[in-house]
Amino acid sequence: MKRIGVLALRRLAQSVPVLLIILIGLFLLLQLAPGDTVDALLAQMGGGDAAVAAQLRRDYGLDVSVPVQLGRYLVRLLSFDLGMSAIYGKPVASVIFERLAVTALFMSCALAFAFSAGLVLGVLAARRVNGWPDTLISTLGLVFYAIPSFWLGLMLIVLFSVKLAWLPPGGFESIGEGLTGMAHVLDVAQHLVLPILSLSLIFLAIYLRLMRASMLEVMTLDFVRTARAKGLSEGHVLRRHVLRNALLPMVTFVGLQFSTMLGGSVVVESVFSLPGLGRLAFESVVQRDLNTLLGIVLVSAVLVIVVNFIVDLLYAKLDPRIVAR
Amino acid sequence: MQTTRRQVLVAGSALAVAGGGPALAQGPVPAPQRGGTLTVQLTSEQRVLNPAIQASTGVYVMASKIVEPLVDLDAQGEPVGVLAERWDGSADGLTHTFHLRRGVNWHDGKPFVARDVQFSAMECWKKILNYGTTLYQFLEAVETPDEHTAVFRFSKPMPQGLLLRALPDLGHVIPAHVYAGTDIRTNPANTAPIGTGPFVFKQYERGQYLIAERNPNYWRGNGQPYLDRIVWRFISDRAAASAALESGQVQFSPYSGLALSDISRLSKDARYTVSTRGNEGNTAHTVMEMNLRRAELAKVEVRRALCHALDLGFFIENFLYGYAKLGTGPIPSSSAPFYVPRAAPYPFDRAKAERMLDDAGYKRPSRGAMRFAQPLKLLPAPWGEYTVNFATFIQQSLREIGVRVEIEARDAPGFLTGVYRDHNFDLTTGWHQYRNDPAVSTTVWFRTGSPVGAPWTNQYGYDNPAMDRAIDVAATELNAMKRKADYQEFVKLAVDDVPVHCAVEHAFISVYAKRLMGSHNTPRWSSSSWHDAWLAPA
Repeated sequence: MKRIGVLALRRLAQSVPVLLIILIGLFLLLQLAPGDTVDALLAQMGGGDAAVAAQLRRDYGLDVSVPVQLGRYLVRLLSFDLGMSAIYGKPVASVIFERLAVTALFMSCALAFAFSAGLVLGVLAARRVNGWPDTLISTLGLVFYAIPSFWLGLMLIVLFSVKLAWLPPGGFESIGEGLTGMAHVLDVAQHLVLPILSLSLIFLAIYLRLMRASMLEVMTLDFVRTARAKGLSEGHVLRRHVLRNALLPMVTFVGLQFSTMLGGSVVVESVFSLPGLGRLAFESVVQRDLNTLLGIVLVSAVLVIVVNFIVDLLYAKLDPRIVAR
Repeated sequence: MQTTRRQVLVAGSALAVAGGGPALAQGPVPAPQRGGTLTVQLTSEQRVLNPAIQASTGVYVMASKIVEPLVDLDAQGEPVGVLAERWDGSADGLTHTFHLRRGVNWHDGKPFVARDVQFSAMECWKKILNYGTTLYQFLEAVETPDEHTAVFRFSKPMPQGLLLRALPDLGHVIPAHVYAGTDIRTNPANTAPIGTGPFVFKQYERGQYLIAERNPNYWRGNGQPYLDRIVWRFISDRAAASAALESGQVQFSPYSGLALSDISRLSKDARYTVSTRGNEGNTAHTVMEMNLRRAELAKVEVRRALCHALDLGFFIENFLYGYAKLGTGPIPSSSAPFYVPRAAPYPFDRAKAERMLDDAGYKRPSRGAMRFAQPLKLLPAPWGEYTVNFATFIQQSLREIGVRVEIEARDAPGFLTGVYRDHNFDLTTGWHQYRNDPAVSTTVWFRTGSPVGAPWTNQYGYDNPAMDRAIDVAATELNAMKRKADYQEFVKLAVDDVPVHCAVEHAFISVYAKRLMGSHNTPRWSSSSWHDAWLAPA
């Protein structure tokens, strides 16, 4: 356990320069986008005079040169202060924290669903390779892979919310009902079914293809033949020998695709009006809320680093020959 | 009965001509019922919910149920007292006295007094509020001889009609005891407003929803307000928004919040009312602005030729699904006190447009070639389908007369910077909102003198001293009849010089479930207090 702790700290320390480069790069990149958050505010107001705009620029600290702004930001960052959000008038840390829970719940459910369903379907397809289950599953996988998530989301809404009225069309929970306990959990679950489906199907398709290919490859290896020769049952061979080895590329992919999923959640959160990080990021770009955007990027980068760290640990668990260093 | 969009349009125009009086043509009104939750869809949320420091429909649609103005417009479009009971003005136009309503309490229990009006006017409307800073530029003081009288003193004549028509938008009163001595811009009450209105702020979950609940002590009494609660949901995706309406999660989508294709589809659905009625006070023009710094566009004949090249009837019917009509000048036909009927100034005539360009010295070098050496750079205003589609339409129309247009799409901050600060455009589209009196936010498009970077002003290098004079004379004219005549001079110059082509006139479209009753009965209903709105049983 202590070894893992040391490892985690070392990984984090190694990623500090990367994080800094990302932040500074993004800061400079955003300077290239014309207009600042005061322009965005004026756009929202539909008018405003120059004196008021100048006053607002002073309030938001936009009246100084870019290097000074960047310097101020980095100095604040040293004391773990992410600054104030221009849109929300609150510290960025608390704005992000409020949204993080929604995104974390949403993404972990989507990831878990895509992973487990992809795994099961992939194994099924591999066991009956070229049989009808394989053809059916592979075709479905292709279809899922080809459908863009925003369109799928809208179609799911039309079918399940508008036509059938089974599930709510958007939002995170029923508003103003004051639900608690189990009723609240069920309410949130109902709201999340469609978004999770829209986000995860494309990843499910990838995992299922990967799992199928990986299973097929491992099944041809010598140690599987040996296991069969030992007289082990087919189920035992699959579970103990094939699956474990076939999982390695899957786990790699989960780590790699986690960031892609974060990106995909922007679209899905917009379609389903989920108050998550993705929508916050989109909103902060549109409104040129630099502090919030940098904060989100920082948090997302840390998330990706953490997930990949966990993946490394999982490797070691799955295959004792690999040691996380 | 199904209402086609053409009927809606015709009804809208008829009303506009009749003076925006939507109280006509109503069947027997059923008795209002108490109770129920009205859920409203909004495309975006705002940074503040304080209409005394931010004048925009996005703020009014939420905050004006909680915070009230001194004056609103009644069903006939005439000023009617809300927090002011009555008013009188001095003959010189320098003094306007408002007699305030008695027995009104803030939501925190404190009484509403003249000091609140004084504070709101001097500290918010005059110093911070967009459009207010211009309107109240010459407001010297607000005196409070007693707790229920507020005397506005101006250093230049202020026409009473202008003040009264501006107050519904630029005259919301916030409590002095909450704001005085604080930084008004960052006061927490900006996102948890305290007002005198029919609904009391309850909860604001950023990015999700806002809830306001019935104010049981509302000053109008008589069982008002009827609704128990209003919920505003922020649904930014327009397709998802119409799904929310169709699934019954939402009952009302204000301010053209849905895609026009969905609006057109829902207008054929018997469950919903789709109409511009109740939004006449929020009429706007979709315009084409031309940068006079560009040599070709500096010639008025060229500008007129470009206007003649646009088949606006086709645009309205096919791009806007008929929810609009031809613009006739910067004052829309819905503005009864100022509008004098006139024909659309630049009817579609492609041959004439080509001839005018030939005569101006921009002949086509050969058939199919382009007239200008450099293409015109068009920045579409990112204010929704109207302005974005209009840009595409302009591009295609002008190509027909041999003028090449390159479109450079930008988001809101990028657009404002490009057009108003850097002047880095030749053409742009725009959404010009009319605020019930031309002096509030219409003449500013044509007057010189706005500093560089001030958005929604004349930043296209248009400079005509006769125009400036006409604007200034009308702004301080006290006689209402004479003032109306003065504005005809303004309209004539604006149309003849055409730095801005007020191409299409339209009001916002409301889409709401038929069970929403007592609604859309005033010309700025979506921005009003909804004290008499109610829901029929589902």
